[in-house]
Amino acid sequence: MQGKNLLLAVVVVISASMMAPARPSGGTVSGKITYEGTPAKQKPIDMSKEPSCAKQYTTPPTTETVVTGPNNALENVVVYISAGAPDEAAPSKAAVFTQKGCRYLPHVLVFQVNQELNVLNEDQTSHNIHPLAKINREWNKSQPPGAPPIVDKYDKPEMIAVKCNIHPWMHGTFAVLKNSHYSISGEDGGFALPNLPPGKYTITAFHESYGDQSQEVTISGSEAKTVSFVFKAKPY
Amino acid sequence: MRKINISKCLAGIAVLLAAPLLVSAQQVESHIGKVTGHPDAGRQLYFRYCWGCHGFHGNGTGENWLPTGSFPDMPNLNVQPRNFVAATFKCRSTPTGTLPTDNDLYNSLVRGLANSNMPSWITLTTQNRADLVAFIKTFSDRWKTEKAGTPITVPPEPALTVQSIQHGKELFTKLECWKCHGPEGRGDGPSASTLTDSNDEPIRPYNFEAGSRFKCGSTDQDLYKIFMTGLDGTPMPSFADVIKPEEAWDLVHYLRTLQVYHKSPELALWEGTKEGAEIVKAQKVRGTPTGSGVNQ
Repeated sequence: MQGKNLLLAVVVVISASMMAPARPSGGTVSGKITYEGTPAKQKPIDMSKEPSCAKQYTTPPTTETVVTGPNNALENVVVYISAGAPDEAAPSKAAVFTQKGCRYLPHVLVFQVNQELNVLNEDQTSHNIHPLAKINREWNKSQPPGAPPIVDKYDKPEMIAVKCNIHPWMHGTFAVLKNSHYSISGEDGGFALPNLPPGKYTITAFHESYGDQSQEVTISGSEAKTVSFVFKAKPY
Repeated sequence: MRKINISKCLAGIAVLLAAPLLVSAQQVESHIGKVTGHPDAGRQLYFRYCWGCHGFHGNGTGENWLPTGSFPDMPNLNVQPRNFVAATFKCRSTPTGTLPTDNDLYNSLVRGLANSNMPSWITLTTQNRADLVAFIKTFSDRWKTEKAGTPITVPPEPALTVQSIQHGKELFTKLECWKCHGPEGRGDGPSASTLTDSNDEPIRPYNFEAGSRFKCGSTDQDLYKIFMTGLDGTPMPSFADVIKPEEAWDLVHYLRTLQVYHKSPELALWEGTKEGAEIVKAQKVRGTPTGSGVNQ
């Protein structure tokens, strides 16, 4: 009798521990990115020189040098660990950069050193992909409609401006980083860096028009820390 | 039995292993045909002939380009001299994004670069130019960590036919060369006026009608290499992934017919056809280019 009770108790304990939610591994740094001041007005893009793209829009899209959300939220800010985390091998999944409607989607593409990059052209016009790398190699390739994806990779971390020479309004950024701890702020300006082992980290926030800022954060266990970044907006 | 002296053996092996390190100096050399260029000799020549434009540090900001103390900073030369520290070169036989070969650099020294302030250095000897190539390679660490790209293969030129020229014309339209170079190749395409190079300086596309030498040479093979490797640092991309080698020759043949004042077998053949004769005649009408908005 006692043996059976003991066995039952053990089974219950084991199944209870299996059903319990897994504890988060490591700490989280999250927060909001905002701006102060008046950012430059985004202007509508004149795509009349490229009718095949212009006709895809009922109202012309605007430039994206500064994209903002409600409550002074700043979008498209790349938040990443610039020091304190070890370099990581690239994931096998490719990072995809799409040319559609004569714009780059996403506007900022974040991926890792040696991670495969795929550039797609979903437009009816040729584009040329010209990432203006200064630390990595600069190259420039033509990609007509229907051409296969352009495949490449970068072996050094860098923030690379990308442009199309044929369509001068097209601007994008490749954020090539050394590890997988990164987040891009969305419309609410929020970002999150989960799964951080204990350590002292430098968190850097990069915006294409406002430069970068860094803060130090220490994680000792699985706590959640809040960090905010405020960028000074320029009216031009 | 003779005892093997272990320590002597080890010493011998150590010397053998170290020998290559002792022999090869940490020197970048250049190889142009049978000539070997040395950076020490190149340094003397660079600081005699080149640094005025290319700069004391080889980054293209020499006194001739940007006089010190000039106010405001107004460049004297309209095209910035090559920045050897960045090591991005226009005239190569290697794929876009890769380093040029020694011969590519040597050829730029021999030819100069058309429509720029880089002269032809035929006044220097072959050895001089080889030494300069070796020294230029010391400005950037890229030459230590990367090998030069593999030169592209330029296949032998196929027969020149009217079909080849017509197919080249189709390619010119399909690949949208006209967006920058203009429908008649006059450098007046819809995107031409907005072009900037990688230093954000305005730059114009090549004007075939004016018929000057190309930036990187003047032969059909040079023309082939220009669009199959791209001119790095400029808006001109590489079409290596989108044009098959045999089709590339068709495009070369057609591009020659756009140079309406430059005698070539392609132009002669093209003018012999009804279609070609009409197009060339219209090309030769002097006047405002298309897209300028001026009606004649």
